[in-house]
Amino acid sequence: MITIIINKDFKPKSKPSKRADGRAFDELRPFKIEAGVLERADGSAYLELGGNKVMVAVYGPRELHIRRLMQPDRAVLRCRYNMAPFSVDDRKRPGPDRRSVEISKITSEAIMPAVFLEKFPRSTIDVFIEILEAEGGTRCAGITAASVALADAGVPMRDLVVACAAGKTDGEVILDLSEAEDKDGEADVPVAIMPRTGEITLLQSDGNLTTEEFEKALNLSIDGCMELSKAQKEAIVKRYGD
Amino acid sequence: MIFIEDKQMVIPGDVLADNEYHSGRGTFKEDDKICSSLVGLVAIRDKKISVIPLQSKYIPKRGDVVIGEITDIRFSMWNLDINSPYSGILPASDVFGKEKRDLNKTFSVGDVLFLRVVDVDEVKKVKLGLKGRGLGKFRNGILIYITPTKVPRLIGKKGSMINMIKDETKCEVVVGQNGVVWVKGDPAMERVAEKVINMIEEQAHTSGLTDRVRNMLFELLGKEKPEEKPEEESDKEPEEKTEKESDEESEAEKEVAEEKEEEEENGEDLIQ
Repeated sequence: MITIIINKDFKPKSKPSKRADGRAFDELRPFKIEAGVLERADGSAYLELGGNKVMVAVYGPRELHIRRLMQPDRAVLRCRYNMAPFSVDDRKRPGPDRRSVEISKITSEAIMPAVFLEKFPRSTIDVFIEILEAEGGTRCAGITAASVALADAGVPMRDLVVACAAGKTDGEVILDLSEAEDKDGEADVPVAIMPRTGEITLLQSDGNLTTEEFEKALNLSIDGCMELSKAQKEAIVKRYGD
Repeated sequence: MIFIEDKQMVIPGDVLADNEYHSGRGTFKEDDKICSSLVGLVAIRDKKISVIPLQSKYIPKRGDVVIGEITDIRFSMWNLDINSPYSGILPASDVFGKEKRDLNKTFSVGDVLFLRVVDVDEVKKVKLGLKGRGLGKFRNGILIYITPTKVPRLIGKKGSMINMIKDETKCEVVVGQNGVVWVKGDPAMERVAEKVINMIEEQAHTSGLTDRVRNMLFELLGKEKPEEKPEEESDKEPEEKTEKESDEESEAEKEVAEEKEEEEENGEDLIQ
């Protein structure tokens, strides 16, 4: 069901680029989204973005047994971002850590504005994001895949949230940082938006940017989001044939 | 202004029309625009636009007939899983009346019951009842889970689809509005029915389904394929799902009610 794309297929643009993989400053890594890859989940999605491989499963709306979490007027959206031990070069110690707890929280907060939680009071929607392979920008990949999985599960939503990062390396503002660019770079700005209205649901900034650079990075990532958004829609349509 | 066609597939966030239309199920209004909130097929009736979801969870509604499985026995009620985000309760008083009896002796955990949703309150507490023709416990048979929105499709126009399955497999088939299907018959035939029902679920949004189901049934049963009869239904099929949705739902309910008559003996012996 899942075919792996290889980065070698990727052809550099004619315009010479300073980036290690030959991409233009406003170019995304090659990506692929598939919906409905898991049999037993209510909704699922698989996303590849460059060297990132992300699998998302959605269960729910389902009964919430933990009474203290229950909301009388709406559903709770629980997200769990988890990196597989084999997803990075040095084995990652399994289990939640400071970073994955943060990403779980920001993911659920990025997606929440889009979901009609009030339609399912006292229930829960569980989103499990598994990073099978990581190569920079996994939080954005997770959010993008999670909204496809939610749509696949039939959860009513205002829009498909899509996320993409921009940043700065070697003094240049660029789109969709790879792992190397993120590590050696000066700044990273992940952004999640609802593409129809353009509302921003996630905005983080790590590193130093001037006002102009920040604005450029924000605009660049919004453009990247729009491009990914198209692939999200195609993935869902493809799931049901025609 | 309308931006989509009838029966077109849409996804969440798609703009369907502006405010000269009314927003129906599966849609929402934002800034004078009607948008889809679901992955599904558009249904336009007069000036009302709704989206019929391809995938959904069952939300209990008063009067529905559902199939549930007992998950817990409490002091004066049973808890049931009704394939929904909300579990149902069956009060002992509904089964015994004023009499006091041991709940464990009547139904135990794992029993499959055919019930009616008596009441759903504002905190989504689902009260179930067994009063009614044919409601009661199922013995043996298998359960098949389908998406609740595809129930009308499985039943078909005036029960055409479900009756065909029943006739060909010689199985008893009962469909709950919550997307649970109970099938009882010869074990081999049960498996045939399961395959066919799963196929219907997968292809519910396509047209000409009745013919394909018939062909599949004949193939699985090793019978000769029938002559290609002109099937007056096949052309109209997509309509069944969209335009006639609400009629069909009521038909589906009627159909389910009819089913119960067959189950009557089951219903009787639990009230004894």
